[in-house]
Amino acid sequence: MGDTGESQIKSGQGYPVLKPVGDSAICIEFGDEINDRVNDLVYSAADALNARSPSWLRELVPTYRSLLVHYDALAADYDEVRSDLLGLAASDSAAETSSSGGARQVFELPTVYGGEFGPDLDAVASHAGLDSEDVVRIHSSIAYRVYMIGFAPGFPYLGGMDQSIATPRLATPRTRVPAGSVGIAESQTGVYPAASPGGWQLIGQTPVQLFDAQAQPPSVLQPGHFVKFVPVDESEFQRIQAEVANGQYRVAHSEFAS
Amino acid sequence: MTGTVTVRNPGVLSLVQDTGRFGYQRFGVSVSGAMDQEALMIGNMLVGDEHSAAGIEITLGGAEFEVSTETLVAITGADLSATLDGTPLPVYESFIAPAGSVIRFSGPGSGIRAYLLVRGGFDTPPALNSRATHIASGLGGLTGKPLQPGDELPIGLANEMSTIGSKIPSSIRRHYSPEVAIRVVPGPQESSFSAAGVETFYSSEYSVTDTSDRQGLRLEGPEIESSGDGYDIISDGVTAGAIQVPADGRPIILMADRQTIGGYAKIGVVATVDLPLLAQAGPGSTVRFERCTVADTQALLRDWQREISDAPLMPEERVTSGARLEIGELPIDVDLEFDQSALTEEGGALLLARINGIFETVRARRVN
Repeated sequence: MGDTGESQIKSGQGYPVLKPVGDSAICIEFGDEINDRVNDLVYSAADALNARSPSWLRELVPTYRSLLVHYDALAADYDEVRSDLLGLAASDSAAETSSSGGARQVFELPTVYGGEFGPDLDAVASHAGLDSEDVVRIHSSIAYRVYMIGFAPGFPYLGGMDQSIATPRLATPRTRVPAGSVGIAESQTGVYPAASPGGWQLIGQTPVQLFDAQAQPPSVLQPGHFVKFVPVDESEFQRIQAEVANGQYRVAHSEFAS
Repeated sequence: MTGTVTVRNPGVLSLVQDTGRFGYQRFGVSVSGAMDQEALMIGNMLVGDEHSAAGIEITLGGAEFEVSTETLVAITGADLSATLDGTPLPVYESFIAPAGSVIRFSGPGSGIRAYLLVRGGFDTPPALNSRATHIASGLGGLTGKPLQPGDELPIGLANEMSTIGSKIPSSIRRHYSPEVAIRVVPGPQESSFSAAGVETFYSSEYSVTDTSDRQGLRLEGPEIESSGDGYDIISDGVTAGAIQVPADGRPIILMADRQTIGGYAKIGVVATVDLPLLAQAGPGSTVRFERCTVADTQALLRDWQREISDAPLMPEERVTSGARLEIGELPIDVDLEFDQSALTEEGGALLLARINGIFETVRARRVN
């Protein structure tokens, strides 16, 4: 997921681009690549806009390489919002520096790999031509960046997985994937926060509850955070699961300087 | 103590909905809310509630609700042939439902989604600042699910200071048609489509398929040609009314229960003022698209807002209300019939004087 020279040039030239998305939203594109630098620009713009909180601002939806700005078209029209956003972009180099230079938070998700918790671990291993222990070691050795949250409440899109364990989706999706399932789809890895149908290859399961509508914020993970999967055994899984049920469990997290 | 509304039969689909769950899309939480926001808003005006108060969205009909106490009610949106204890009810007029009365929605006339609003709104437990039901994520409503037979929905406290209108001018009401013309702002990925593809989109008639739901309207019709870059993009944020075109070249219009992000190119985005027409377009309805500028659709939105907020909430000419007066051990039932528009301070004084007049008469008769 590292930057190539080419992508830096591509995402630097001609961006940001502002596009209307109907009469009540503007999309600011910072590039057309998935990489850390472009994603940093998205979040620093979101921070800067939140800090100013203009009266027309309704909601921000940051994603891989763009920021969707929902606005109140009865408070300001397209031209006014566009010129405010361009003004912000022009004065935004300071925000960019502070955001990308800050400490990164790494959240640890205890995970049981394989067996009934990860029924596709062996399939992923044989696709990669590796032992399942190697897959676990490789998958749990990386701090994955949360590029964005979407698809379902609390569902993190994680970047940075080692290409050696990339595996295609299941030919036939499961009708029910248990909550907390850790999966692989092509070169992406992720966690299902709630039970749902799904086609990802399941390699493990975490007892951590990633989304709780009663909590503030409702999602444990925030875009810009990093995630590490920490292998645990079944008895540890059950102990943590009980703590989660009692509301006593806190996800371990640490900071490192980027 | 406020009352409840009991679901005797939810019909095809009945859901608690409000203006939607905003502020959590960055965590993957869908907005949801009423499909026809205009109908919800006008309904709340008719019962004197905040625009954000929750009502019941009834899809296609077959639904029955029982009111526990005398309640001011309005029905808006689709005309699903609603009745009150068997008597046909008008839509877009508020009325008093007596204690124990049953409101029934039998089936579609025009439009497919009706809204039942009560004075005080439905006071179900909010989740993330909204009562809107989003079935896929299990948020909102009573338990995150569609309403079930026997569900009891608590009615909230009304703001006694609010204005209650009983009717709106018919000029403001939408006329839902099975042939809809929709104004569209060119989308952020219009260039993902060939010139011929864009021409196809704006010149063809599409029909709403029966796989359409609250998440989106899936359309059938001529295939929209890509420009060669393909139909997929790096997933980004989406809005209500975003028109996505996946690889089969058929448009999908995202509606209330849409996911927060999408990975298909967006050829256009529906003007906010035209969303209610799509919310009421059932399977088999036809849709045509007309290209507009952002400035055009924002002007339409401002005009619509002005029209709604300036709308005289026409008081109904005569309102009857039963009352029981007790004088000593003698209970008497009286039907009060009065001109609601006269209920100014002056009118109220007049009404009181007349009631006092009744007392005088009764007192005189007792003496005799």
